[in-house]
Amino acid sequence: MTNPPKKGNRIPRQSAPELSPEARKKTFSEVSLGYTPAMAMLEASRCLQCKKPKCVLGCPVHVRIPEFIRQVAEGKFLEAARTIRETNALPAITGRVCPQEDQCEKHCVIGLKGEPLAIGKLERFVADYERESGAEEDIQPAPPTDKKIAIIGAGPAGLTAAGDLAALGHEVVIFEALHQAGGVLFYGIPEFRLPRNIIEMEIDRLKKRGVTIKLDYVIGKIKSLDELMIDDGFDAVFIATGAGLPYFLGIPGENLNGVYSANEFLTRVNLMHAWEFPEFDTPLHAHQAIAVIGGGNTALDAARTALRLPSARRVSIIYRRSSEEMPARHEEIRHAREEGVAFRFLERPVAIMGENGWVKAVRCQKMQLGEPDASGRRRPLPIAGSEFDFPADAVVIALGSGTNPLIAQDAKDLVIDPEGHIELSDADIQMTSKPGVFAGGDIVTGAATVISAMGAGKKAARGIHDYVMRSA
Amino acid sequence: MFNVIAKDELAPGVFRFVVEAPQIARKARPGQFVILRLNEHGERIPLTIANHDEERGTLTLFVQAVGKTSLDLSRLEKDQGILDIAGPLGLPTEIERFGTVALVGGGFGIAALWPIARALTAIGNKTIALMGARSKNLLLLQEEMHAAASEVRVATNDGSAGMRGLVTDLLDRVIRDEGPVHRVIAIGPVVMMKAVCALTRAHNIPTRVSLNPIMIDGTGMCGACRVMVDGKMRFTCVDGPEFDGHLVDFEGLENRLRGYLPEEQQARERLTGGQECRLDTTGAARSQP
Ligand SMILES: Cc1cc2nc3c(=O)[nH]c(=O)nc-3n(C[C@H](O)[C@H](O)[C@H](O)COP(=O)(O)OP(=O)(O)OC[C@H]3O[C@@H](n4cnc5c(N)ncnc54)[C@H](O)[C@@H]3O)c2cc1C
Ligand SMILES: Cc1cc2nc3c(=O)[nH]c(=O)nc-3n(C[C@H](O)[C@H](O)[C@H](O)COP(=O)(O)OP(=O)(O)OC[C@H]3O[C@@H](n4cnc5c(N)ncnc54)[C@H](O)[C@@H]3O)c2cc1C
Ligand code: SF4
Ligand code: SF4
Ligand code: FES
Repeated sequence: MTNPPKKGNRIPRQSAPELSPEARKKTFSEVSLGYTPAMAMLEASRCLQCKKPKCVLGCPVHVRIPEFIRQVAEGKFLEAARTIRETNALPAITGRVCPQEDQCEKHCVIGLKGEPLAIGKLERFVADYERESGAEEDIQPAPPTDKKIAIIGAGPAGLTAAGDLAALGHEVVIFEALHQAGGVLFYGIPEFRLPRNIIEMEIDRLKKRGVTIKLDYVIGKIKSLDELMIDDGFDAVFIATGAGLPYFLGIPGENLNGVYSANEFLTRVNLMHAWEFPEFDTPLHAHQAIAVIGGGNTALDAARTALRLPSARRVSIIYRRSSEEMPARHEEIRHAREEGVAFRFLERPVAIMGENGWVKAVRCQKMQLGEPDASGRRRPLPIAGSEFDFPADAVVIALGSGTNPLIAQDAKDLVIDPEGHIELSDADIQMTSKPGVFAGGDIVTGAATVISAMGAGKKAARGIHDYVMRSA
Repeated sequence: MFNVIAKDELAPGVFRFVVEAPQIARKARPGQFVILRLNEHGERIPLTIANHDEERGTLTLFVQAVGKTSLDLSRLEKDQGILDIAGPLGLPTEIERFGTVALVGGGFGIAALWPIARALTAIGNKTIALMGARSKNLLLLQEEMHAAASEVRVATNDGSAGMRGLVTDLLDRVIRDEGPVHRVIAIGPVVMMKAVCALTRAHNIPTRVSLNPIMIDGTGMCGACRVMVDGKMRFTCVDGPEFDGHLVDFEGLENRLRGYLPEEQQARERLTGGQECRLDTTGAARSQP
């Protein structure tokens, strides 16, 4: 850098411009507009270029953060993009959805005294700049290896593995159960947080690298693992089927009309365009008072999506702990507040009350915080006799999900833990107990993050490459 | 794209489609279904695989035109395409030697029973198909059922074919007069399956029903298809569609099937230009065996 910033530099953390809460409340346009080049260079100049960068340790895929930040500060944005892509295949996505405050930015040293470097925003800037400049990546794929790899599931784990394996010269086919690739990125995370064209572009990039994507292919049903490997001649298989089976509360009233899992609610809107009914055929009721149960990213996404529906008048989040314990990304919580989502802390639903088969209210109980539990968070305890009815005509349950059972139902020789996760026999290469079959992402770890799923995809790609080349 | 290679109208508002889907045809088993989406704006709807031909690589689907998507589908012609078909979904029917099996079908349920009848008969069960409809012209697959099952009985509400009455009356008679029935499989409108289960519970006959809740993904991801079975929440697309009928919460299922009536009405009106639609707009077409 030309002017290394001195210790105690005074430049504050640059916040990226956003659509105003008024302007965005009823649209699905992206909320954060991202940095301009000048803002990005200014923000990047705050980095101390640490010799032993702590930030890198906080990133699950160890993006070479100081290097790419230096390149941004020098205005070498395309070089910065290349640096990031060495370890992170989908920076436009992770820059937007990583919980940075718990990962890279949490460990940034300038965060000890002031505000940490905006690593996520810079990552996003670099990726967007690269995409908008139309700079075609000049990838020289390795010579063909004559090896065929099947990838099951087109979420971040599957897409990442596919990209790496194609670059290594393998023939890669992704099998996806839905009519659209992307996994949770597409059907779960809403457009105002992650625009669809970014996902589409990443998918196109894979196709250009020669990856084939077969949609409407439910593996375990249309083909078994053995059929893929024996009949179709795939040399290895990577299972990246993600989480599934949404959890419900197990309280009375959950089968009333107007009760949704967050997955159903978000899928109707994001994947099936229910908010454009009747232009699109999938309906969603004109709910007015929507109560969302939960405190994670999924709950926030459901609440902010609900708010954007034309019929919505009041959207509330009911969370049994306090605001400090909410696991959602901080930016999301701030955005939701600004947009007018009402937060109700220290309350838990004990029943959903109905009338004529439809939701009418959520019966809640007040909670207080007790001693910290195993996770270090203070345990919420119910207050006896504190029940009350909170009026609502829709309830969205966002408690996370268990595992998708289809592959396990079909392949009896895979080792599955009691919760349904696929067990690895060699975690260093993501290999399962079945030779040639690898697995990674939420189907192995349970619901986690986009970047950890991508990390697993990368690790699996290396493992698969070694495996198929060794058996050559 | 999945090509329609044959289409015909079997009864007013009931259509048979033969579509090209070789991969699915190779794996389909009786009791399974597909989820299809007609076009980019379409919704995903489940339909039973009534027949599959591995050699020709085709599936036979029956559709009763009751709402927007099924009406749109019924207007597709030979050589046109369906954008997405995913399957075969759900767990196949258990095909074992049970002895005497009564197969009770109403509406498009008869289409679902047809492959099950064939498979059960082929391995040596005595299969008695009991078919119900409002009227003779609505009875589906008569010839096919005669070929597939050991015996066929018919009931119509108006007495235009077979016995006048409901299929449950037929079933009652078979149970009382014709010696032990070892198993009952009932597929059709919810009211019919509920009535069948009430009857067989009294006689202690194991009874399977195939449920038809609203679905979206069909892979266990959304939970829209949840039903309570034996007090536990089950997802029809991955745990079903068949369940022990004596344990199913039919009232809960009926309530959830009514969940989209206003929107369905709106979609249908757009489609028919607000004119009177010959189909029963209350969905009651479904609740009459
Ligand atoms: C609403 C929501 C918001 C979230 N927000 C964030 C966030 O802000 N930041 C973050 O880091 N993480 C977030 N997450 C978590 C993150 O999205 C997941 O951890 C991540 O997507 C997991 O990736 P994956 O590749 O393992 O699986 P998925 O993304 O679940 O993809 C799996 C794919 O496999 C397909 N599939 C399943 N079974 C089969 C089969 N049998 N045959 C073929 N295909 C199959 C599925 O259809 C799906 O497309 C969020 C999750 C949700 C639900
Ligand atoms: C496993 C399974 C297998 C099925 N197999 C067949 C089949 O082989 N042939 C066939 O015609 N239909 C079948 N169905 C029902 C079919 O999916 C619905 O008829 C279809 O979704 C209706 O869509 P629509 O847009 O045309 O009607 P909509 O406008 O959505 O509904 C019109 C009317 O049908 C009722 N309805 C909606 N969904 C269902 C449903 N799932 N079951 C019963 N009534 C419903 C509504 O209450 C309404 O009264 C099956 C359903 C399931 C779950
Ligand atoms: S991938 Fe995520 S954790 Fe890693 S540097 Fe980028 S934003 Fe931070
Ligand atoms: S820890 Fe912070 S200041 Fe140090 S290199 Fe990483 S981003 Fe820069
Ligand atoms: S249809 Fe979505 S879980 Fe069954």
